[in-house]
Amino acid sequence: MTRYSSAVLLLAVAGLATACSRKSESAPLPKPTAFGAAIVESSGGKQTAQTGSLLPQRLVVQVNDEQGNAVTGALVQFAAPSGVTFDPPSALTDSSGQVTANVALGGMAGRYQIAAFTFDKAGKKAELKIEEIALGYQQTLGRRLADQYCDRCHNPESTVERVSNYDNLEVKPHAFTEGDTFNKISDADLVAAISHGGPALGKSALMPAWGNTLSKADIQALISYIRAVSDPPSRDAGPVYAKN
Amino acid sequence: MNEKPTSLWQKLFGDSVRAFGVVSLVFLASLAIAPAKNFFSEWRHYQHGYLKMIRNRSEANTLQRHFQGGIQQIWLPDLGVVDRCTSCHVGLKEPSLTDVATQPFRRHPAIPHQIDQFGCTVCHRGQGLATTVAEAHNSTLAWEQPILPAKYIESSCGQCHRGPLPGTPVLNQGRNLLSRYGCVHCHLVKLPDGSVMKPVDDPPSLEHIADKTSREWIYAWLKDPQAYASTATMPNFKLSDDDARDMSAFLIANSTPIAGDNVALSAKPSSDSAAAASLYGESFCASCHAVQNAAGNMVGGNVGPELTRVGSKVKPEWLRAWLRNPRTYDAGTAMPHYRFNDGQVATLAGFLEAKADSDLLANVHLDAATPEQIAHGKRLVSDYGCASCHEVAGIKKPENFAPELSRIGSKPITQLIFLPGMAHTLPDYIAGKIRNPRAFSPGLKMPQYTFAPAQVDALTTALLALNDRSSTLPPSLAVPAAPESDYQPAGKAGKLMTDLACFSCHRINGHGGDMAPDLTWEGSSVQRDWLVQFFKNPGTLRPALIRRMPRFNLNDGEVNELTDYFMTVYQSPAVDRDSMPLSGYSQGQVELGKQLFYGKYSCQGCHIVDTKADKGYIGPTLTHVGSRLTAAWVYEWMKNPQSLRPGTNEPNRAMGDEDARALTAFLMSQKGKEAAQK
Repeated sequence: MTRYSSAVLLLAVAGLATACSRKSESAPLPKPTAFGAAIVESSGGKQTAQTGSLLPQRLVVQVNDEQGNAVTGALVQFAAPSGVTFDPPSALTDSSGQVTANVALGGMAGRYQIAAFTFDKAGKKAELKIEEIALGYQQTLGRRLADQYCDRCHNPESTVERVSNYDNLEVKPHAFTEGDTFNKISDADLVAAISHGGPALGKSALMPAWGNTLSKADIQALISYIRAVSDPPSRDAGPVYAKN
Repeated sequence: MNEKPTSLWQKLFGDSVRAFGVVSLVFLASLAIAPAKNFFSEWRHYQHGYLKMIRNRSEANTLQRHFQGGIQQIWLPDLGVVDRCTSCHVGLKEPSLTDVATQPFRRHPAIPHQIDQFGCTVCHRGQGLATTVAEAHNSTLAWEQPILPAKYIESSCGQCHRGPLPGTPVLNQGRNLLSRYGCVHCHLVKLPDGSVMKPVDDPPSLEHIADKTSREWIYAWLKDPQAYASTATMPNFKLSDDDARDMSAFLIANSTPIAGDNVALSAKPSSDSAAAASLYGESFCASCHAVQNAAGNMVGGNVGPELTRVGSKVKPEWLRAWLRNPRTYDAGTAMPHYRFNDGQVATLAGFLEAKADSDLLANVHLDAATPEQIAHGKRLVSDYGCASCHEVAGIKKPENFAPELSRIGSKPITQLIFLPGMAHTLPDYIAGKIRNPRAFSPGLKMPQYTFAPAQVDALTTALLALNDRSSTLPPSLAVPAAPESDYQPAGKAGKLMTDLACFSCHRINGHGGDMAPDLTWEGSSVQRDWLVQFFKNPGTLRPALIRRMPRFNLNDGEVNELTDYFMTVYQSPAVDRDSMPLSGYSQGQVELGKQLFYGKYSCQGCHIVDTKADKGYIGPTLTHVGSRLTAAWVYEWMKNPQSLRPGTNEPNRAMGDEDARALTAFLMSQKGKEAAQK
């Protein structure tokens, strides 16, 4: 009788405990049906987005076997510093061996190191590291200004909406991502070049003076944007956020 | 068993001295709780951590001098702010801490406001008074305002700034979506300045819909608008087959015909399909209308509806009448009245009718409607609030159809019903409701929109800006939006400009679109002869532009009417058109101007004067500028372009009189004679 009632009590307590306990945070991982040996980026790396917001393009990664053929049904998981979210956080590769995820960056401006990984048959981890850039308020403002005033010449890429003027110029401007060039120019020199034009640094007059068009704050914003997107990264780009 | 506690009691309180000792100890211990709690408080722990961190830095002395221990507080009575966040976030104002990645010691990124003047919670939300991490950042039973996630942070700018800001693209986009997707047709949004947010979409009237399309198309559209056009802003009401059948029956039965809507043309469409496509191209239909190409990309603008499957929608007779004069059917349409001749109308109509999708209506078979179905359809049209957006004869626009959203950004969490598995925060609730409204209750009337994830975030941001603080902000702190202009040109020319829908693309005196140049001071800017020629046959000034001025086939009378009006009314007080001659500048001046053009100012980077040598692709081509612009305008433009056209990309070179005069002389010598022979 006592044994019976204590069993009932135990059962009730256990039931209560499961009912009250929080549901586990992460959904169970899908079970892989195949294994690859390597993981590579298809697209979506080196993008810029505002802090906290979604990257404009989705991140696509591909799992390959030893021969470099795409593997269907391999498990891909993502890892990143806190604040970065993935939708989905893990998935099996599709028929072309790829996994596509929406990525939202964290709340701090700076570089985020994202890892996508898969395990091979022996349980060995194959990892891919990708860097994405989050723009804060100042850099976002700078990006808008660059888009309006600078990119027509400084960005060699043409779009349907906007043809680049890069190829028409006798002296080629530097793309803002050219870290090798921009990292050597100090903030003060960049301010001078933007305000007074190329001749201020002994460069081409094709770079006009913007000092009467843009405010001092505008020019600071532009510089912070250039520092944020340069590759290799500038010293002033701030910390890199990575998962420990 | 019973003796033990008794003996313990005896031991502790056996005599008065013992009792006194024990009570004193208990009393002392309880007194020590408060100082101990203070000593082990989180903020003290973080301040110690900060001091430890800065000790090894090169600028330790400066940081040490700036550091103030104890609980810090920013108190701003005007804003109702008491923020103690800086007790732990000690390094916010230290510019040298750029390399620090660990919180709470990061410096605050550069923003246009001072922390001392605005505090923290005005932008970040959270509980300013709290002094523990959990209470400051998360919502608790006592305090329900959690920290705002970074992706919605621009909503806080929108509390004071009522117009668009260059630094808040997400907020601007969200506010545009609220107006453009018609949210404010049903939801009342009273803005803090007392005005009401107005929709900018223009849902068509349904009073004559039977002239335009078939009942089958209405049925298919009601069932799934995005199946017809993926860019359609009309949401999906998830109607049952029977409901869609009855609503389409009512709309057709309720429609009244418009005289002139059925045009029978004698002209035959051109048999040359290339000619039809080129007429579509020449008329720059794609500046406003998009068509999905074979690769699945949208090509064209979003001012007018998508035309990918328009042939499956419109009746051929209606389409011809519309192309001949859209204002017959819809007096307020953004579409210009092109003045096409009958041959052109027939050709263009044929081209558009061929844009059909046979699958769209293949499975729609509707029997003749019964009176009961029509009556039921009317009830549904009224219940679903169709008349909130569309004009429907016999049904009044409903008042207060959906909940008011004027203070949605402060809605208490206790009033919200969350879905299972959903984070219990206001932003998550708003985003969830936008993403899938019927998930909250199948009986809800709010339809399903097709928003991209970034659009949902933008809308949520704009809605979070509508909160208690923004509504009760002292007027001195609010930054009002630029007032909306409802400028309308007067007289015959004004009627003509409405007919041509100039304001769909051009802006004048603060009113109109931004696709094409602002014409507020066009009369000071251009020469009369050029304007006449341009109206007759608009050429392109900018080689890289894909949106261009279409040809409206105006007659001479209309051209003169418009030219006279432009030349007299759209005059800048800063430019005296006749103060400088159009030609006759000395050769020396022209030569000096040329040197300045190619040397000091290097204008060829963006402009073309010599078509053989120059390649500049950004600004207008200047080969004919001497026959196009007035010298006085060019001169003023050289000195300060933004004073004539705010926001223009041409850099302000703050040119001296001499340089400006020489460049004017050079540019006015570019009359385009050799190009004219071409």
